[in-house]
Amino acid sequence: MRYDATLNVNGRAYPVAIEPGRNLLSVLRSEVGLTGAKEGCDDSECGACMVLLDGQPVNSCSYLALQADGREIVTIEGLAGADGELHPLQQAFLDQGGVQCGFCTPGMLISAKALLDRNPSPDEDEIRLALSGNLCRCTGYSGIVRAVQAVAEQR
Amino acid sequence: MSAESYTAAASVEEALEAMAAGARPIAGGTDLVVGARGGKAPLPDALVAIHRVSELRGIREQDGGLVLGALATHADIVASSTACERFTALADASAIVGSHATRNAGTIGGNVMNASPAMETGGPLICFDAVATLRSASGIRRVALADLFTGPGRTVAEPGELLTELALPAPKDGTGSCYARLEYRRQMEIAIVGATAVVTLDGGTVRDARIAITALAPTIHRVAEAEQALNGSDASDAAVHAAADAAAGASRPISDVRGSADYRRAMAAVLTRRAISTAITRARGGRFPIPASPALHGAVNGGAA
Repeated sequence: MRYDATLNVNGRAYPVAIEPGRNLLSVLRSEVGLTGAKEGCDDSECGACMVLLDGQPVNSCSYLALQADGREIVTIEGLAGADGELHPLQQAFLDQGGVQCGFCTPGMLISAKALLDRNPSPDEDEIRLALSGNLCRCTGYSGIVRAVQAVAEQR
Repeated sequence: MSAESYTAAASVEEALEAMAAGARPIAGGTDLVVGARGGKAPLPDALVAIHRVSELRGIREQDGGLVLGALATHADIVASSTACERFTALADASAIVGSHATRNAGTIGGNVMNASPAMETGGPLICFDAVATLRSASGIRRVALADLFTGPGRTVAEPGELLTELALPAPKDGTGSCYARLEYRRQMEIAIVGATAVVTLDGGTVRDARIAITALAPTIHRVAEAEQALNGSDASDAAVHAAADAAAGASRPISDVRGSADYRRAMAAVLTRRAISTAITRARGGRFPIPASPALHGAVNGGAA
């Protein structure tokens, strides 16, 4: 059986009709049509599917979509400004070489945004700890950490 | 994943009504959904989501103790100054569950009722004499955490019973505590071996010691021989070593991908020793970082190896 729900994603309401077992990630990707959040491990280990739910980072692969009914979701697509101007973190990832294949990048950016929202000036250890639920398997973490540090220093 | 029906309860009564009709509760989903997607166990046919039930939220102080609503997240516990100052082992444990995403979604109620013998918070809750309130459509009962777990993934709770809160009485003055975990990385880890120590000092003498071992037996449990080795002692290195060896002797670990039984047994003594030493440091008023585990592995602050 399908149930009606409204997902508020990046400030816009999306009515959906979904089965109880559907996870938030699959509904975001297939019903809402936002494919920025990625399915990596599908086991809540890698953080590629991370989104903000009511401002807090959660792994959307292991969260039931129906439980997000009526709540505020921010995906990677919601970070840039309405005019397409990149979020300072996105620009810093480009400037610092924090992107290679890009698969982990949406989750990394969501994690980094959540960190800076609660702690505007983290040190390197705090940055590494905050990003340790996000796995990168290609470019390495140095550029990513540098990018977050660069934004933190601007604040 | 199955799950044919779904309802979001607005109150405990609504949740209990759904559970009486066969539905199973879901809060953060960090165990249920992951387990279903990984093929461990399908989602229950009927789900009742309890995340909107406001009376199950929050952490409050009561008579110097702590009452944790079933929906209190691991992040909520770490953010509680009372938990950090007076129930420090619980904060140590809550701070290293999963990643920050897990800690924002995962709840203490779900963590307890999932009943993993490797769960981080189990040892601290048992050592702090936590009591679970179980409610059903037909009644209410209270069960000490020490009596709740019956095996891996199993508790004494009946299918229609919902854990609504955990009550921890006030620790005695002079109490320090620590939860230490053997881990291969700092986050997204599950205890290979864990140890909890809650130590109450009276002057230089150990008045009361609580020691529990994690991921070393089918259920997390206290080790009476380890506690006896410390009780009445002067908290000397010899007493700490004797207690740690007793904890290792009481362990019945399994071999799996994360460690062999022999390795776990050997590490049981090390982790227990570090947990006790840190609990004693804290009982004496010394500061030690929360969570304790990363600092213990780096052997910073000395004295804990």
